[in-house]
Amino acid sequence: MPLTLKIAVTHLNSRRRQTLMSLLGVMLGVAFFMAVSSLMRGSEQDFIKRLVDSAPHITVSDEFRDAPVQPAVKRFPDGAVAISNVKPKTEVRGIRGYKQKMAYIEHIPGVRVAPVLSGQIILTYAGKEQGVLMNGVVPELMAGVSDIEEKIVAGNMQALSSSPNGVIIGRALAKKMNLEMGDNVTVSSPVGLVRTMKIVGLFETGATAIDEGQAYVLLKRAQVLLDRPDRANMLVMQLDDPYASREVAARIEKHIGYRSRSWQEASESLLSVLLVRNIIMYSVVSAILVVASFGIYNIISTVVMEKRRDIAILKSMGFTARDVRHIFLWEGTIIGLMGSVGGLTLGYGLIWALSTLRFQVPGVSVPIEMPVYWGLDQALIACAFAALSAMGAAYFPARKAGLVHPVDILRGQA
Amino acid sequence: MSSDGAVEVLRAEHVTRELTGEVPVTLVKNASLTINRGEFVSIMGPSGSGKSSLLYLLGLLDMPTSGRIWLDGEEVTTLTERQIARIRLEKLGFVFQFHFLLVEFTVLDNVMLPMTKLGRLPEKQQRERAEALLADLGMADQLRKRPDQLSGGQRQRVAIARALANDPLIILADEPTGNLDSKSSANVRDILSELVHVRNKTVLAVTHDPEFARAGDRQIHIVDGRIATDGMRPD
Ligand SMILES: Nc1ncnc2c1ncn2[C@@H]1O[C@H](COP(=O)(O)OP(=O)(O)OP(=O)(O)O)[C@@H](O)[C@H]1O
Ligand SMILES: [Mg+2]
Repeated sequence: MPLTLKIAVTHLNSRRRQTLMSLLGVMLGVAFFMAVSSLMRGSEQDFIKRLVDSAPHITVSDEFRDAPVQPAVKRFPDGAVAISNVKPKTEVRGIRGYKQKMAYIEHIPGVRVAPVLSGQIILTYAGKEQGVLMNGVVPELMAGVSDIEEKIVAGNMQALSSSPNGVIIGRALAKKMNLEMGDNVTVSSPVGLVRTMKIVGLFETGATAIDEGQAYVLLKRAQVLLDRPDRANMLVMQLDDPYASREVAARIEKHIGYRSRSWQEASESLLSVLLVRNIIMYSVVSAILVVASFGIYNIISTVVMEKRRDIAILKSMGFTARDVRHIFLWEGTIIGLMGSVGGLTLGYGLIWALSTLRFQVPGVSVPIEMPVYWGLDQALIACAFAALSAMGAAYFPARKAGLVHPVDILRGQA
Repeated sequence: MSSDGAVEVLRAEHVTRELTGEVPVTLVKNASLTINRGEFVSIMGPSGSGKSSLLYLLGLLDMPTSGRIWLDGEEVTTLTERQIARIRLEKLGFVFQFHFLLVEFTVLDNVMLPMTKLGRLPEKQQRERAEALLADLGMADQLRKRPDQLSGGQRQRVAIARALANDPLIILADEPTGNLDSKSSANVRDILSELVHVRNKTVLAVTHDPEFARAGDRQIHIVDGRIATDGMRPD
């Protein structure tokens, strides 16, 4: 053990109460940092998981990001051509050649894709009419890109394949229209087709707009009802790694030309709220650690003041300014490290305690748990921050100690 | 080695120490002296005359504003802080009027500290040497005590043992008996005298005590920061 460390330990040991107080400061700082960070990160992950699980990670829609370039501009790219009041060519809505585009997407590893053709229809039953958004889907492919299957409370998605005239609607809508499983409902499409379809499933997502306003049918059936044979107007995707969505979306858009939106792009405003929340919370918990480092500064400054005599002795004995500085830097380091280790233990204890909490919310059957994040990264950040601020706090008094001139002390004594 | 067989250990030439400030003070004026091995030198003079200031300069605790100092043949006034610290560690031992011991360490630890810092001996031998030094000074049964459990005279003996830890060339003492009763004073005086006369050490001691000065071979009188007289003890 270096002599300077031994002296540092002796100093801390001989003023145990002060040492314990500053240790406690660091410990609480680290522990609170970890607990708050764990809750924030946990709830953020929980939130994103909900966002990511229920919605497609990437949606290719039948739009282009920019208005199509006019043929005349294409023809004379460098010319001073200004074109105005040109009505763009009417296009059949939908993704052209969606099967080839799907084939391209299917080749990207870790990406599952399903085609969707959606359009407004009107359901009529017992004199009641209701407009809904009809989604034409391929049930087998849909299972890979959305959790709608899990939300089905009666029947199942596969029933669409076995009974091509089937339709799945939200339970809320069924209740509103007095519909039950197996009932026949009249469907009118915007192109004037009228069909009778059978309720083969009910879903409940919890979002009223969806539960009352959407319906699922077979893709083929939707193409007939909307008179768009062989078209889809959306390709929806889920990825094994949802966080890669942005890059994959960009790659797909570049290749197939249609607008591809990642979930990040779609929920940009929500994510920026999360970012702001993170900045606020890290500032607050860092402040705790800064306060703790003031405690360390305080104790080491006090020790330096009280130990001026000892410093003079050590220097007259042959210790250099650097040796003396090291003694007090050791003291900061010891408090920082021990406080970190203690804080780590306390922090994980707090996180565990939070994770066992259960709240019963009226009207919700399952009790709510605190979503906590156990990751070691936040613990390491807290410890590194604590250890660094402890050493930083020790640095200034330590430097002052190194500059003590033994003669000043000896004269003061004589 | 000079012609009469004396070995020079310390030499100061025209050493002056001034304090700049609102009122400039001259602590030591143009002091020149040579100290040989085996000498017991007392520095005397009225209070405030600059005795301590001269001792700090000769002990390399303070730097002169002009003049040069040699220790063991090496000019020390041009060295860096680290080199000077090293010389203090290896070649000088200090004893002050008020015991300057580390209160949190035991008697034994205090004496071992300079040896540990120097790191020349393995720990076991450091301990043995510290025990032997303390035993020589009659402190064999106080090794585990802390300084605040000792009397003034005992503390001063621990300070002497610590000053001797690294077998220094010169022991510098500033009123080592100034704070002791007459019995303890006599004891400390005898110890220092024995170091010189039996073990051929060199001692340079500031003192107010004529009794103490009589134990020495040579007396230097300081008046107003100047060396007024420097000579062998008048018998
Ligand atoms: N920092 C300082 N600022 C101004 N004057 C000082 C300072 N330090 C010492 N002095 C003055 O320098 C002179 C010499 O002081 P020094 O301590 O060397 O005297 P001394 O002979 O050891 O006295 P004593 O016998 O009382 O210990 C004194 O007059 C003192 O007042
Ligand atoms: Mg003095």
